[in-house]
Amino acid sequence: MSTTTAPGSAPAVVRRRSVSTRVVWVAVAIALTVLVALASVAFGTRVVGWHDVVEGVTGGDANVAQAAVNKRVPRTLLALLVGASLGLAGAVMQGVTRNPIADPGILGVSTGASLAVVTGIVFFGLSAPSSYIWVAISGAALSAAFVYTIGSMGRGGATPLKLALSGAATAAALSSLVSALLLPRADVMQTFQFWQIGGVGGASYDRMGQVLPFLVAGAVISLLAARGLNSLALGDDVAAGLGERVVVTRMLAFVGAVVLCGAATAVAGPIGFVGLVVPHVCRLLIGIDHRWLLPMSAIVGAALLTAADVVGRVVARPEEIEVGIVTAFIGAPFFIYIVRRQKVRAL
Amino acid sequence: MTAVLDQAAAVDLVVRGRRRRTLRRAATIGGLALLVVGVYAFSLMYGQTFYGPREVYDVLRGETVPGASFTVGELRFPRATLAVLAGAAFGLGGITFQTMLRNPLASPDIIGISSGASAAAVVAIVTFSASEARVSLVAILAALATAILIYVLAYRDGVVGTRLILIGIGIAAMLDSIVSYTLLRSAVWDLQTAMRWLTGSLNNATWEQVQPLAIAMLVGIPLLLSQSRGLSLTQQGDDSASSLGVRVERTRIVAIVAAVTLIAFATAAAGPIAFVAFLSGPIAARIIGGGTSLMVPAALVGSLLVLSADLVGQFAFENRYPVGVVTGVLGAPYLVYLLIRTNRSGGSL
Amino acid sequence: MTDAHSLVVEGITLGYGDRTVIDDLDLVVPPGRITAIVGANACGKSTLLRAMSRLLAPRGGQVLLDGKALHKLPTKEVARTLGLLPQSPVAPEGIVVGDLVSRGRNPHQRVISRWSSDDSAAVAEALRMTDTLELTDRSVDELSGGQRQRVWIAMALAQQTDILLLDEPTTFLDVSHQVDVLDLLTDLNQRRGTTIVMVLHDLNLAARYADHLVAVREGHLYAAGDPSEVLTAQTVRDVFGMASSVVPDPVSGKPLVLPIGRHHAAAEVGRPVEV
Repeated sequence: MSTTTAPGSAPAVVRRRSVSTRVVWVAVAIALTVLVALASVAFGTRVVGWHDVVEGVTGGDANVAQAAVNKRVPRTLLALLVGASLGLAGAVMQGVTRNPIADPGILGVSTGASLAVVTGIVFFGLSAPSSYIWVAISGAALSAAFVYTIGSMGRGGATPLKLALSGAATAAALSSLVSALLLPRADVMQTFQFWQIGGVGGASYDRMGQVLPFLVAGAVISLLAARGLNSLALGDDVAAGLGERVVVTRMLAFVGAVVLCGAATAVAGPIGFVGLVVPHVCRLLIGIDHRWLLPMSAIVGAALLTAADVVGRVVARPEEIEVGIVTAFIGAPFFIYIVRRQKVRAL
Repeated sequence: MTAVLDQAAAVDLVVRGRRRRTLRRAATIGGLALLVVGVYAFSLMYGQTFYGPREVYDVLRGETVPGASFTVGELRFPRATLAVLAGAAFGLGGITFQTMLRNPLASPDIIGISSGASAAAVVAIVTFSASEARVSLVAILAALATAILIYVLAYRDGVVGTRLILIGIGIAAMLDSIVSYTLLRSAVWDLQTAMRWLTGSLNNATWEQVQPLAIAMLVGIPLLLSQSRGLSLTQQGDDSASSLGVRVERTRIVAIVAAVTLIAFATAAAGPIAFVAFLSGPIAARIIGGGTSLMVPAALVGSLLVLSADLVGQFAFENRYPVGVVTGVLGAPYLVYLLIRTNRSGGSL
Repeated sequence: MTDAHSLVVEGITLGYGDRTVIDDLDLVVPPGRITAIVGANACGKSTLLRAMSRLLAPRGGQVLLDGKALHKLPTKEVARTLGLLPQSPVAPEGIVVGDLVSRGRNPHQRVISRWSSDDSAAVAEALRMTDTLELTDRSVDELSGGQRQRVWIAMALAQQTDILLLDEPTTFLDVSHQVDVLDLLTDLNQRRGTTIVMVLHDLNLAARYADHLVAVREGHLYAAGDPSEVLTAQTVRDVFGMASSVVPDPVSGKPLVLPIGRHHAAAEVGRPVEV
């Protein structure tokens, strides 16, 4: 759409969506999310009968099946939370960078969070999950700033390619450092390996409780930036001319996105592509007004991640495929589709 | 207006200039080659036990020297040889892609070719317990398939380098997740194996690993070198190269196939040694200067990188680190520096 | 001086994707003369040049080099006869002038070749003609726009082709350099008899320097011939959509196009030509 692509891309006919259309879509999205959440509780690596599902949800653990269902409830909640955060963060990132392929994974933000967490564990002996979160957020912030700074140097500012390359390079660099740190510490490595892939298994109310304040804070800050992002989409100069405080909006959006990413990564590991795909889909449905786009991205993100988790659990029975892998498989083709659609200027 | 020189004087100037540049280039390449030989020899001699040149020479000649025969002959010799060959293969693969895509930051390890080889190799070994030869075969097929896939996806009225790189990054992400998943789910969690396939490692290098790579290089290197002049000319733009008589598409395809083959075999043998393909070209360019074919220098730089990094990984620290981690950690700052420098000078991005 | 090669375009149709850019165009390039192709933006003139230099395959019709279909000839053979200076050539980073110009000898090199004295002579002559001999050891990146363009022309000259095609060789240069380059091309044409075909966006320079002027409008040939015959106010109106007055240029005697806008037009001259 016109906000995010370079001149020369397929011109979008800006349809004026009536408020009622948007409301309908939001309602559809919410309904979908509820459905997916239900599916997440009912289906999984273990086939469970309906009776057991109902019992398990209401707290009964008379048998193994019900216990399994019991576990699925917090897992579903976590998936919804993380999905919403990532979807929202992605929409904010794409808005603030005016770049259609901005996504926490691609921009190396998640790897930055990982490195920070590992550094914390290894050098500072951190062990409380709550401290992970602060550290992860700082790591996310630093690497996002770094990637963006490098990517915007030189001609053309932060073009999609430069950002993607900066992100890929930074992610590669940081993950080497992570490997170097972990290698001599086999015990930490084992645990870390699981987290590295990105998954919502092992969810607990405890951990969610710790991360929830951060997610809420990040969401609030991001939503506050929504109107500003609409102006920013027109370009810094035009926005400033319209009276928008460009720097303030940018900072706000940046902080919001980074807090969301960092917290989400701290609790679920690096999960890529949700932040990329969700905003594009939402833009098609609901338009480019960030005041609608941001909340919608959160809802659709929640639905997508939870659905991906369900798929991961069902497809590989009795094993499961971590959600980070499922999103990579869905997200990468979508990413490629987006890239093909762009009229990318020749070098 | 300059002084009008007559033709003879002009020719003389041209010839002398060429000779000067050729000599300087030859001297630099010679220096690099000597360095590679030197470090190679050193890595045969140095270790927990130091064996002098005489003993090493005897072992290489085939004599039985107590202690040295095993350590030098069975352990260090294949390892060092693999280092040189893999380094050269990665260096050549890297510079080829970078030249073709006219982008110093476009490298087979970033755009997913190595990931393809890695993923196939991991699945073959972990899931099917395939033999070394089979692994190499699978790796090359996967790498070629990945390259074709990326090319096809990037094609829209011709291929634009930018799009190809972006698509490559996307595909790399997908393939990397396959590697992670397969390793995680493998019945026996083996750190060594994991490290080899995630970052590249020369640990426990055997001749069985070296052989397929050596054969691939015997075929791939001459093929690649034959295209080197044409490839250099495409740096000026396809139009300019075409008008100078280069069959651009054909040069590209032959070069890609040769480069991907080298990368795939090297990855099958030693894993995707981080950053070697990426860095060899730019480092060679800094040493040699631009405008001429960087293939041979890049190969030498690649070998040097892998040899040195492996030595550092084995002996410089308390813990032994696989070569991929060392190249990763040492390469990371340089990589970022290159990015910054390229962006700042408005380079081809 | 060699026998001039002939380059003829017959009924050529060119396009990209589902767009047709040039439709059934005929053109005979007069051998040993300077031809300039002019037209409005996006009229297809660059596309036409690309087809003539074998970079674009025609959908219909053909380009004939010495009577033979261009696309059937071997690439290297064409490269020895036809040289091209594309619109924005990219110099590899760090390359030195001497090396870049030497690349022009590629069509004359064998697979396993040694640099011969002929090659050195060609490069030397090219450098002399373009006045770039003193720059031989300098890096191309450091040169000014005008110098860089002369170096690219030197490379094309080193190719020693009989026909030279240039796509907007003067577009990014300032005026003094534009004239320099065009004078250089004229020297080349007069001394070596090189046939020159260039796409120019500046009508007046085209009128002054060309022996043969070709006007393209919306993918069709509008007119071709001597500049003083082709370049009339009518032509300018039809091809560029602009009112003008065409007078003889006091410096060269060739036609000079004076645009007429809504302001600053004196009453006597300002009457637009009636269509």
